[in-house]
Amino acid sequence: MPDRTDLVYAYDGSFGGLMCCVFESYALKEIPRAIRPPDVEDSLFNTAKWIKSDEQKADRVFNSIPLKISPQAQELVKLGFLTCAPNKEFLIYQFLRLGFKHGSKVMTMLTDDTVCALQKAVHHLTRESHKFKGFIRFSIFGEVLVAVIEPKNFVLPLLSPHFCDRFRNETFMIYDKTHSMALIYRSQKAELIFVDELTLPTVDATELEYRRLWKQFYNTIAIEGRNNPRCRMSLMPKRYWGQMTEFNNNNDAENPSGSVQLLVAETATEIAPNAIGFLDSSFQYPTRK
Amino acid sequence: MSDSAKYDVACTSSGVDRSGKQGSLGSANKSGICHSFSADGRCISLLKVLLTNVCIFDCKYCVNRESNDIVRAGFTPLELAELTINFYRRNYIEGLFLSSGVIISPNNTVEQMIKTLELLRNVYHFNGYIHVKAIPGAENDLITRLGLLADRMSINIELPSQDSLKLLAPNKTKESIMRPMGLISAKIQENSSDLVKFRHASKFVPAGQSTQLIVGATPDTDHKILTLTEALYKKYRLKRVFFSAYMPVAEHSLLPSLDIKPPLMREHRLYQADWLLRFYGFEAKELLDEQHPNFNLEVDPKCNWALNHLDKFPIEINKASYEVLLRVPGIGVTSAKRILTARRSGSLDFSGLKKLGIVLKRAQYFITCKGKIMEGLKITSDVAISTLMSNQYQLTSQGPEQLTLFDEPPITREDVQQCLTGQI
Repeated sequence: MPDRTDLVYAYDGSFGGLMCCVFESYALKEIPRAIRPPDVEDSLFNTAKWIKSDEQKADRVFNSIPLKISPQAQELVKLGFLTCAPNKEFLIYQFLRLGFKHGSKVMTMLTDDTVCALQKAVHHLTRESHKFKGFIRFSIFGEVLVAVIEPKNFVLPLLSPHFCDRFRNETFMIYDKTHSMALIYRSQKAELIFVDELTLPTVDATELEYRRLWKQFYNTIAIEGRNNPRCRMSLMPKRYWGQMTEFNNNNDAENPSGSVQLLVAETATEIAPNAIGFLDSSFQYPTRK
Repeated sequence: MSDSAKYDVACTSSGVDRSGKQGSLGSANKSGICHSFSADGRCISLLKVLLTNVCIFDCKYCVNRESNDIVRAGFTPLELAELTINFYRRNYIEGLFLSSGVIISPNNTVEQMIKTLELLRNVYHFNGYIHVKAIPGAENDLITRLGLLADRMSINIELPSQDSLKLLAPNKTKESIMRPMGLISAKIQENSSDLVKFRHASKFVPAGQSTQLIVGATPDTDHKILTLTEALYKKYRLKRVFFSAYMPVAEHSLLPSLDIKPPLMREHRLYQADWLLRFYGFEAKELLDEQHPNFNLEVDPKCNWALNHLDKFPIEINKASYEVLLRVPGIGVTSAKRILTARRSGSLDFSGLKKLGIVLKRAQYFITCKGKIMEGLKITSDVAISTLMSNQYQLTSQGPEQLTLFDEPPITREDVQQCLTGQI
């Protein structure tokens, strides 16, 4: 198999596109040195080979994972795609190569660099999403609950089942500022949409009162004699504090108008509330067309 | 209200998995979710409040004791339910932790609490987590009704012996605490067999019961506390025992003076030991005995055990069973499981262990990989390790030899001590 050191794949940023990269590599018996999402510019000397997305090819690769490797490996790959690992595409590609070679055993090869790196990235993702289950703070505007988060990984698909289950009869939105996406749940249906900008109306007196009560509770619950800021910092790093009510001092909201305004991009993906099953080959990870 | 409730340490929301229901608000998560961490580093998961801080009891260690001159106040059940729901919808909390001072009588107090929970469960259709405190001395029927509404129930023992109770909590007796605890435990048992028979039998405290012990208010030893803890897990099938370093909130001739520091390190060691009991297959008698009734504050209990049983080490990573792996300092439940998984696809060496997340700085003294000890490890003799460990093991006769050993740069005495005590 020609191992061309200058071969770079570029794909459209979708999960299916990445699967097609894997297909291409096996079909042409070539091994790329890197796989790049579309927003990265070509460097001067190497032009990347564009891999066109093809639903059929993507499905063939994706469906072969549980058969040739294991269902757990498929899950790992799906989650790996949501992580913020800088080279996640190539990591997944290398993992799949290993998997197709060794079969289900690949999941036990924890000391292998690729497997270890992918599992670490996924662990980072799941841990962050677990933290957000607790640290997300909703504000209530009329009947709508709105929260803003700034995660490193793309955690919305993992948060969706938890919050859709918990707030079954509510209408809510979680806006992911980092990835410009929002999870919107209304009339028992959840969807993920691109949101460029979010302006929130002023909060009413009730909302302010409950924020005040919460801050008061937060401050009284700490026992002075046991003060331990380092412990708090390691359990709840400062990057989460920005969007949390208890650390937020400016109570006045930004926009005096009456309703929640969304600047929404055109694509909307409807997702099943109970699974990350929506993450099929057509799903677009936050890179736009 | 939460100012008075804060000395209760339990704040877990774990132990039960319950998905949301159509028409109701909330769910519960088996592993628990922390919604915030307070300045003292403790998890805030539940809205921890007292229904009232009026109390007819006079427990010397408590802020709310009858003889203490503080402002008294209370919630109505409706106010409290409103507050809980509004905090819950904003995702501030995972649920409610309801406790109360004793108003009029234990029975009356419990009735008030039942009223609150009924309001939450039946009127507001609240399906989230509820932890409720049983009041010592209340009637069995009432405790049972309370238990059917809550996820977890707890009764604080606070003082580990009858004598200490008599001295500091004259209104409580061992009987008044242990009877409801026994009742709850029996109800849980009975209920679990009911559930087999009737699928829709309502659940009695599905997340089990817990309790709390105060550390450092009385002269009770760690040995006594830990043995009691073990008995509570075994006999009463408690889910958790919490320890609380005594915070001086009240001045009394029978209590330590107000200016003492809370024994936080001792509390920490007790929690470590508690973990060893629950997840590592240790028994209380292995960790402490009559001769060594208290934990060594320098070394954690597991390391302490390992140093006292050096004849069992080093162990071979590629052969040892799960139970044996768990006994190695630096290897926890997760690492031990990962070692087992990784062994299936090949044998492990030290660099592999590092990738699995094993704390080699601690584990290196106790393990071999493929029959070899870690490269560059200078200290191998048992005596040297234990000499290094802490004052307890210092053997004066070997002083000079040690010095020559540590003139070499790679590992200094402080390094090892730090590694082994985990202060890095």
